[in-house]
Amino acid sequence: MSDKALEKFAETAAVALGLPLEPEWKAAVVANLDVTFRHAENVAAFRLSDEAEPAPVFKA
Amino acid sequence: MRPDNTQPLVETTWATAIEVAAAVTSGKLSAVNVIDHALARIFDLNPKLNAFTAVTAERAKARANQIDASRDKTSLPLAGVPFAVKNLFDIKGLPTIAGSKINRVRAPAKQDSPLIARLEAAGAVLVGALNMGEYAYDFTGENVHDGPSRNPYDPSRMTGGSSGGSGGAVAGGLVPLALGSDTNGSIRVPSSLCGIFGLKPTYGRLSRARTFPFVASLDHLGPMARSVPDLAASYDAMQGPDPDDPACAQRASEPTVSQLEHGSSGLRIAIAGDYFLKGAFADALAALQSVAKALNAREEVDIPEVHRARSAAYVITATEGAALHLDRLRRQACDFDPAVRDRLIAGALVPATLVAKAQLFRRWYRDRVLEIFNRWDALIAPATPCTAPKIGQQTILLDGTEVPLRPNLGVYTQPISFIGLPVVAVPVPLKPLPIGVQIIAAPWREDVALRIAYALEQMGTVAARRPSV
Repeated sequence: MSDKALEKFAETAAVALGLPLEPEWKAAVVANLDVTFRHAENVAAFRLSDEAEPAPVFKA
Repeated sequence: MRPDNTQPLVETTWATAIEVAAAVTSGKLSAVNVIDHALARIFDLNPKLNAFTAVTAERAKARANQIDASRDKTSLPLAGVPFAVKNLFDIKGLPTIAGSKINRVRAPAKQDSPLIARLEAAGAVLVGALNMGEYAYDFTGENVHDGPSRNPYDPSRMTGGSSGGSGGAVAGGLVPLALGSDTNGSIRVPSSLCGIFGLKPTYGRLSRARTFPFVASLDHLGPMARSVPDLAASYDAMQGPDPDDPACAQRASEPTVSQLEHGSSGLRIAIAGDYFLKGAFADALAALQSVAKALNAREEVDIPEVHRARSAAYVITATEGAALHLDRLRRQACDFDPAVRDRLIAGALVPATLVAKAQLFRRWYRDRVLEIFNRWDALIAPATPCTAPKIGQQTILLDGTEVPLRPNLGVYTQPISFIGLPVVAVPVPLKPLPIGVQIIAAPWREDVALRIAYALEQMGTVAARRPSV
């Protein structure tokens, strides 16, 4: 995602979630979001089978 | 107020918890004497180390009097041992601030956390609450509201975090025992930078009830001390199921103190290779080599996809942490530590699909790592890439790349707690600053990690060295 697209995403998602995103915080929030997305993509790039179960298992 | 010296104070500054308990049990020392000494030392040194955020002096003196009046002190394995807890533990009568400004208006806790109650039932005496990084989202020990925890080896340096006050209080000789929490490394990082021992037990082993959470999927609690028998004795006193924590295992206590003498012989110990050897500074590698040599651990084992494990832990932490604080972020974002706020807001914006992927990967990774434990009893790895950085340092050079310090002090701890493995962080007393090594065991085998740590302590390879604070 380009820097501009990421900033736009952060602004839109913050509005959707009712979160404040003050101008003086925005750069740091976007930078943190960029790092988190990179980590998330690193995980998502690993292929798992459709039958893979998540770690937390709810027991009724 | 500093306790008056109507009684001569005894020198228990660097005594272990076991030594203090033995002296109180035998009558050589009174619990009141021990606690007076601890309170005086806290009064004298806390302005320098900033480890304590609250001192429970009256409560401690009352408890010490009860112990001295007890008819059967031999049933109290921690008789008269002063201890303190990270300020995310509920302490009856105090608001549980969890390193934040926001939580200061919470109602005082009505009840102690069960781990405090269990330690006190064993004779230990709570003397206060300890500084920490805000809401435990921290590896530095810095706190914008209370000031930074300071390292007893050099107060201009970090303790590591987020259990920074716990590290400073134990390493500075203010208490022999402290409790911390560890979501991604927050017991092991300050243990490493402060040169003390820390135990992060298996996920689900110790009750987290009545503590302020951070990431329910990853939160652990555990003890920090200056000797392995102290870790084992306090851990044994805290074990056992608790219906108040849904993640706490229905598992009977498995005492470890009696196992320590079995040592490390017969245990198959390997070095965690590849990822865990990249980026470490010379001190971290020297410490690892020293421990490997003492244990005759020669073979390197590569844990598959460790870098993705760290990434998945990072994503789960950012998003679950954000979910916990979402309402506070909406209402009072300006009251957070800015560094914590910016990370939490970013975490709130991450799509749920990516979080679900991380939880799927977590089970795959767990299964692969458990296969390694079919062949090995324990793995050793650095605890931190470097010794204690200067307070305020923002970046670190890892593997030739300058990266932010705050998230990267936990680069070696994060992939281990991600799947809840038990770890003892052991201090290698390098000069001028100590550094830790992780002893990592299979789930529910804290006994193995503690046996190895004790063997290293007996050999003199690892030790909590007394700083000249």
